[in-house]
Amino acid sequence: MASLKALKLRIGSVKSTQKITKAMKMVAAAKLRRAQEAAQNGRPYAERLEAVMASLASRVGGVGASPLLAGTGKDQVQLLVVATSERGLAGAFNSNIVRAARRKAEELIAQGKTVKFYLVGKKGRVLKRFYPNAILADQEMGHIKTVSFEDARVVADDLVARFTRGEFDVAHLFFSKFVSALVQEPTGRQLIPVPLATDRAPKSGADAVVEYEPSEEDILADLLPRNIAVQIFRALQENAASEQGSRMNAMDNATRNAGDMINRLSIQYNRTRQAAITTELVEIISGAEAL
Amino acid sequence: MLHFELVTPEKLIRSEEVHMVVVPGTEGDFGVLEGHAPFMSTIRDGALSIYRSAGAQPEIVPIQGGFAEVNAKGLTVLAEHAG
Repeated sequence: MASLKALKLRIGSVKSTQKITKAMKMVAAAKLRRAQEAAQNGRPYAERLEAVMASLASRVGGVGASPLLAGTGKDQVQLLVVATSERGLAGAFNSNIVRAARRKAEELIAQGKTVKFYLVGKKGRVLKRFYPNAILADQEMGHIKTVSFEDARVVADDLVARFTRGEFDVAHLFFSKFVSALVQEPTGRQLIPVPLATDRAPKSGADAVVEYEPSEEDILADLLPRNIAVQIFRALQENAASEQGSRMNAMDNATRNAGDMINRLSIQYNRTRQAAITTELVEIISGAEAL
Repeated sequence: MLHFELVTPEKLIRSEEVHMVVVPGTEGDFGVLEGHAPFMSTIRDGALSIYRSAGAQPEIVPIQGGFAEVNAKGLTVLAEHAG
């Protein structure tokens, strides 16, 4: 049985761990609110842009369209853009994203495709262990406190440049979708060529009188790279919110576990102490009786 | 009055009723008043001039990259940077 002193130390150490997890939970809750707000603020832009792109794409059509929309005509080299967080201690947040990406990678490899990775965020680096030769780039976002559109654009410009150089044919983006503070969904979606729900676009008859300046094709060519940046920006924002939500949960659980542990240890401590007192008493009484 | 919205990826900056907005289009500036025909244009880096009422001093908002759309609901400017 553990000595009284050892138990006391143990309780002390669990207590300080609990203090830390509690503080982390509160910090995550505060950051979550801000990240959620930022994600919400970005919605109108993304929605508008998507609507405009869809209506443009439906009238410009497939012939002679930019490869960003139509693709390279091949799908041999597949790029997986994996957006993760910079810090751990957020429950299964990062491992969920990485797992989703790996599942997709295995699926593609089984189909005989070449898979490459583009990592955004430090915690995606575990993928290096599984696919040491497939890492195309590794963007660290550690210096960034809150994602700005500029940061997303740096990534997007790099991706578009690599695409133009023919480094890959299809790109998928992996991130964690923020559903609620309790639920985050690891999600993968196609990034390049830009998938457009053209059937959702308004019938061309309704706005056939719209004038374009410059031409529809030029506007679309201008919007396509921008759309990729917006997609990445949205993903990073959703990720930021999910990360905080996930951390909040993980730290809440940790705090509760620490509480349970303290209760158990206290009971053990009290019992041990009582046992020691009883033993001592028995010794004294039997000593007195012997006289 | 013209319904005017200025949106960046980070947030919705303006949503208000104004008299006229002059937008720096790629192929030249254009002013949008109420009842403008449906129109779409990319924009160059420059400044929006927002006229709250006829003859008032314009409010200048610098913007970068994006496009402007005029439809029946009004004018929407999607810019990468504003203000």
